Amino acid sequence: MKRLTLRLGLLLVGFNLAVGLLTFFWTPHDPGAMIGGRLSPPSWTHWAGTDRLGRDFLSQVMVGARIALLVGAGATLLGGAVGISLGVLAAYARRGLDDAFAAALDILIAFPTLLLAMLVVAASETASLGTAILAIGLAMSAIIARLARILTKRVLAQDYVTAARCSGLSWARLTRTHVLPNILPTLAVALAAQFGLAVIAEASLSYLGLGAPPPNASWGTLLQQAQSTVHRAPIGVILPGLALVSLVLGINFLADGLRDLLDPEREGAE
Amino acid sequence: MSLFRLEGVDYAYPDGAQVLHGISFALEEGENLGILGESGSGKSTLLRLLLGLDRPDAGSVEADGSPLDLRDRARMKAHRRFVQPVFQDPYGSLDPRMRIGRALAEPIAALGLPLDPHTEVPRVLAAVGLPEDSARRSPRAFSGGQRQRIAIARALIARPRVLLADEPVSALDLSTRVRIIELLAALGRELTLVMVSHDVAVVAALCSRMIVLEQGRIVEAGPVRRILEAPQHPYTRRLLASLPRMPAPERTTS
Amino acid sequence: MSLLEVRDLKIRAGARRLVHGVGFSLGAGERLGLVGESGSGKSLIAMSLVGLLAPGLRAEGSVKLDGREVVGRPERDLTPLRGSLAAVVFQDPRAALDPLMRIGAQMAAPIRRRARREGLSLDARALKAEMIAALERVAISEPERILAAFPHEVSGGQRQRVAIAMALSCRPRLLIADEPTTALDVATQAEILDLLDRRIREEGLALLFISHDLPVVARIADRVVVMRRGEAVEEGPTARVFARPEHDYTRGLIAAARRLEQALEGGS
Repeated sequence: MKRLTLRLGLLLVGFNLAVGLLTFFWTPHDPGAMIGGRLSPPSWTHWAGTDRLGRDFLSQVMVGARIALLVGAGATLLGGAVGISLGVLAAYARRGLDDAFAAALDILIAFPTLLLAMLVVAASETASLGTAILAIGLAMSAIIARLARILTKRVLAQDYVTAARCSGLSWARLTRTHVLPNILPTLAVALAAQFGLAVIAEASLSYLGLGAPPPNASWGTLLQQAQSTVHRAPIGVILPGLALVSLVLGINFLADGLRDLLDPEREGAE
Repeated sequence: MSLFRLEGVDYAYPDGAQVLHGISFALEEGENLGILGESGSGKSTLLRLLLGLDRPDAGSVEADGSPLDLRDRARMKAHRRFVQPVFQDPYGSLDPRMRIGRALAEPIAALGLPLDPHTEVPRVLAAVGLPEDSARRSPRAFSGGQRQRIAIARALIARPRVLLADEPVSALDLSTRVRIIELLAALGRELTLVMVSHDVAVVAALCSRMIVLEQGRIVEAGPVRRILEAPQHPYTRRLLASLPRMPAPERTTS
Repeated sequence: MSLLEVRDLKIRAGARRLVHGVGFSLGAGERLGLVGESGSGKSLIAMSLVGLLAPGLRAEGSVKLDGREVVGRPERDLTPLRGSLAAVVFQDPRAALDPLMRIGAQMAAPIRRRARREGLSLDARALKAEMIAALERVAISEPERILAAFPHEVSGGQRQRVAIAMALSCRPRLLIADEPTTALDVATQAEILDLLDRRIREEGLALLFISHDLPVVARIADRVVVMRRGEAVEEGPTARVFARPEHDYTRGLIAAARRLEQALEGGS
C-alpha cells in the first residue's frame, strides 16, 4: 500500500515533469500564436480546441506544467534555503533574540500565504514568474523556519551535542555534522508537502490575475480565462483543473512515501 | 596543583532561581570524587560549570591551575582536552545518524590533536572492551550497556586527565551496571574520575572522597568511608538511612 | 479462590512473542513482586492484567480477576473492573494526571464513580471531605492546597502520593504498582514504600509490585516471580529466593545487586 502511493506519486510527478521539459523543445503549436478559430472545439489539429483568442489550448496547458513546476520548485528552494537558515540561526540565538524571532514568525504565519504573496506582487512593478517565486517562497520560509527552529532546538538538547561541544566542535561544525543530518529528513518531508501547496498557491495567484501573463500562462490563468466560457467550452476548465490535481496529488503521494522512507522508527523495526 | 579548584561559586538560572550557593572544593590528582545529590540539588549545573559550558555568576572555577574563561578559545581548547564527559542516557548520548568510528574520532579533528584516528579508535574501543569492527556500525546496532561503553570510549580518545560522569549507570540494567562500574573503576586507576550520582553505592564503589549537595549547597564533604560510617549532617544521615538494602545473606553452615 | 489467577499468559506483537506462557496467582492480602530487567516483559504483564495493552499487542491465555476472565473481553466490560477490582499506579505519576486539570477535579471522578456504584450521591461538601480524607490517608499534609493545585505545581513525591490516593479512592482489592518509586529520590522512595506498606496492610489489599530494583522488592513483597525475556524463571517466597536462588539467572541478579552494595559495607 505504502509502495503503491510512492509509485503513483512518482508516476504523476514524472509525467508532469516530462511534459514540462518537453515544452522547451516542442508543443503541438506555438502556444502564443493565434492560429485557430475562437473557442473552436477539439479537433485533429487542435486536440483540446482553442481559447477565445484562437490559441492552441493543449499547448498552453502543457506550458502550464512547466510554469507550475518552475514556480513550485523555485519557491520550495527559496523557502527551504531561507527558512532552514533562519530557523537554525534562531535556535542558536540567545534567549531574548530567539523569543522575538519566534513571535515574528508566528505573526508572519498568521497571514495567509496568499495574502502575503499578494503583498509581494503588489509591491513589485509587474507580475512575473520571479515575483511569484519570491512571494510564495517567502511565505513558505516562515513555516519552514519555525519547524527548523523547533527541530534544531530538540537536537541541541541531546547529550550527544553537549558531548560534541565538550570535544571542542565549533558551532559551524556542529551544525554540519550533527544538526543538519538530524533535522533534514523531517524538513524534506515538510518541504515536499510545501511544494504541493506552492503549486496551488501559484495557480491561485494567477487565477486572481497576479501571475505571469500569456504566453507563459499558468493553469490558474487558464482557469480564470475559461471561467466565463465554461458552458460553451468546458474543456477549458476541465483540462487545466485535471492537470493541477494530478500534479498536486502526485507531490502529496511523494511526500507521504518520503515520510515512510525516512521514518527512523521504521529503520529500527525488525 | 589541584585539577579543579572552585571558590565561592554561585549560579542562578536566567529566571532568577538560585541553583548553587557558595560552592568551594578542590579535586586532587588520583583522588576520585563523588558528588552525591538528589534531583534539584544543582549537581547537573555544577557539572556544566566544570565542563566549561556555563560560567558562574560569582566565584571562580580553576582547572589545571588556571581560571576558565569561556571566551578565551585557546584556554577552552586546552580545557576540552583536560576533561571529558559521560552522560546518563545511553540512547541520547550518541548521534543516531553517525557511525561509531566517526563519532569516536570527532574530538581528534575538532581539537586538532596530533593523533591518528586509525590507531586511536581501535585503542579506545579495546579500552572499553568492544570489538574493533564496532567502528563501522551505527548506534542502532548496540544495546544500552554497549552504547555507554562507546560514550566512555569517545571521552577517552582525547586522553583527558579528568573523566566527568553524570549518573553513568543509573539508566542501565543491574548486570550491565556492575560491568560498567568495573570498567569505570579500572579507568579510575589511570585518570581522575568525578562521579555525579544520586546513588551512594555507585559513589562508594568508585570514589575515595565525596561531596553531598543539598539544594545547591555542600552540606558535607570528606572521605567516602568516613561519611558512610559517621555521617555528620542530618541530610546525609537521612539519605543513608532511606537507602533500600538487600536482605542479609544467609550464613553458610559449612 | 484467588483474587488474581494468571494462567499460561502469552503476549505477542504480530508474530513476535514477548511473553511466553507465564502463570501465577495472588490471594487477598498477598504481596507479589514481579522482578526483571528491561525487556523481561514485566510491565506488559501488568498492563495485560487490566486490559491496557498498547494497540498492536495481543494477550492469549487466561487472566482471571476475582473469577472473571479479562483476556479477550471487550473494553466496555473491563472499565468497571478497573478501579473497583484492580487499580494501577505507574512509574511516572504524570501519566496518570492530566496536566491541564486541577488535582481536585481529577480526584473527584473516581470518588463519584465509587459513590454511584455504592448507590450514594455525594454533594459538593461530602465530595470534598472524601477527597481530603483520601489525601490524608496518603500522608499529604496540606490537602486543601494540593486539591487546588495543578499537577506541575507539586513535587514528584506528592504527585505519586496523589496517584496512589486516586488509585485507592475506588477501594480496589488489588493494587498493581509498576515501578512506582523508580523516578523518585531515595528519601522520597523510602516514604512512598512505607506509605504503600501501611495502606496495603490497613485496607487488606493485594499488591502486585513490578520493579527492577531488588532491594525495593525485597522490602515490600512476600513472594517474587523472577522474569527474563518473557519467561518466569523462578518463583518463591522472597526470603527463600533472595537467600537461596535456584535459577542461574536469579543467582546472577542477586550476586550483582550484592556486589553493588559491597562498597557500602567497606569492601571493594
